[in-house]
Amino acid sequence: MNARKKIEVSGLRLSFGDKEVLHGISFDVYAGEILGVIGPAQSGKTSLLRCINRTIEFTPGARVGGRIAVDGQDVQHVKDVHGLRRKIGMVAPLPVGLPLSIYDNVAFAPRAAGARDRAWLDGHVEQCLRQAALWDEVKERLDVLGTKLSGGQQQRLTIARALSHQPEILCLDEFSIAIDPVTTMRIEDVLKELSRDMTIVLVTNLVQQARRLAARTLFLWNGHIVELDRTEVVFSDSPGDRRTYEYVNGIFG
Amino acid sequence: MFTETLTGRKKQRHERVARMFFGLMTAAMVIPLLLIVGFVVFKGAPAMTWEFFSTNPRRGGTAGGIWPALVGTLYLILVSLCISAPIGVLAAVYLNEYAKENWFTRIVNLAVVNLAGVPSIVHGLFGLGAFVYALHFGKSILAAALTLAIMTLPVIIASTKEALASVPRSFREACWNVGASRWQTIWRIVLPNSISGILTGVILQVSRTAGETAPVMLTGVATFKAIEGGGLFLYDLREQCMALSMHLFYVRTQASGAPEELSYAIAATLLGVVLLVNTTAICFRVFLRARKKW
Repeated sequence: MNARKKIEVSGLRLSFGDKEVLHGISFDVYAGEILGVIGPAQSGKTSLLRCINRTIEFTPGARVGGRIAVDGQDVQHVKDVHGLRRKIGMVAPLPVGLPLSIYDNVAFAPRAAGARDRAWLDGHVEQCLRQAALWDEVKERLDVLGTKLSGGQQQRLTIARALSHQPEILCLDEFSIAIDPVTTMRIEDVLKELSRDMTIVLVTNLVQQARRLAARTLFLWNGHIVELDRTEVVFSDSPGDRRTYEYVNGIFG
Repeated sequence: MFTETLTGRKKQRHERVARMFFGLMTAAMVIPLLLIVGFVVFKGAPAMTWEFFSTNPRRGGTAGGIWPALVGTLYLILVSLCISAPIGVLAAVYLNEYAKENWFTRIVNLAVVNLAGVPSIVHGLFGLGAFVYALHFGKSILAAALTLAIMTLPVIIASTKEALASVPRSFREACWNVGASRWQTIWRIVLPNSISGILTGVILQVSRTAGETAPVMLTGVATFKAIEGGGLFLYDLREQCMALSMHLFYVRTQASGAPEELSYAIAATLLGVVLLVNTTAICFRVFLRARKKW
């Protein structure tokens, strides 16, 4: 495996008001790997992602301590936060089709970054929709509202939008929560494809999904990292921590 | 199967009673409204001639038309709208989209809510002191329109904030996630999807502006000011003007010997202006809602 560190998290603390939700966690994400993040609800998985692209700033009362570096650069001190966010594709749990046409949904980010060339945009939109396995279903009706698509299609539209600003990192936050198993499997195939030239952080509530896709898996529990190891170790009969075994096998309570 | 039970009958009875009660309340609202409009129009109809709308009042308001008052009211509406709409909408965008939650913004929000409840005569007195005397505008359309603008601002801010808040937060987050700035998010997503609500709130304020008497009486409306000639700018902003609401008050209480139908005709005209403006608002709303995207 390529051992270059894409994301370095060290001593990350996050609190809302006086309630701390991440208690100083440290881990690295290597370039080109799929890192699975598993853990029960309320363990800080979503907040962790929002710290990486600094959208946590939009939550009133959120305080971040410690350091996150993307490509060696401390995210707290990047000059261009919008550039940082473009480097990281983010897919939320529930699909969000923006109230724009399918085409404009995908062209939104490039346009926000200044792209105006129509021919380039046309090609780019098609490429993103193809990557998200949506192109064949929508190519005849790109001017239809994104919000009119079905849930599964909207989630793929969300992924296409996350790819549209050509990110180097893709963060998925429980992307399969609102879509059917067949679509989930299709998207998982897409992710395997994408992981060839992208770093992927896959937060998931389906432990088997992490097992299927991730090279390494991180078990986050109550704001602490319980275990981070190669996926086959985490899912083996003797992982490093007893709690991991219990959670992965559904004994956890 | 499906036989009537005691609880089932009770439920149905409750249903009927509730339905009737709510229906009665609706009637209690609609019937007086129709009576008012019908009564005013019926009593005023004989006086509503072309001459009534197009000429200056004569003989101390007891005869002649209401042309200057009609123009004055339209002027006050337009000028105050041009002042309060941009300020109010932009302030609401700031408060809803940019302002951080802290003690200062809480005070501002509280002030907005409370200002909306200040009686109009108090606004009039403020306008008299601030615009007429302190800023030396004198009694003028400008001073009166400014007073009306100050009066409508808090309500425009409140209604605009509500319209902005109705755009789901997930849309904003999706935009931030792809690296759009706050402004790009507001311009491309938030405003296009809240504009119908914003405009409706703004335009509905106009009907309030049209009917106000007390604040404009103190700051710029005269009991009699004829319009001579017919250029595009019938009034100068530094002049005083007439207004329908004030004229109605004057004709009814001060001008002795005015025929009764005259005051009803003025009232009907005022209602017409308000109705026209509100219809515009509704048309806007229908047009923009048809384009709403989710």
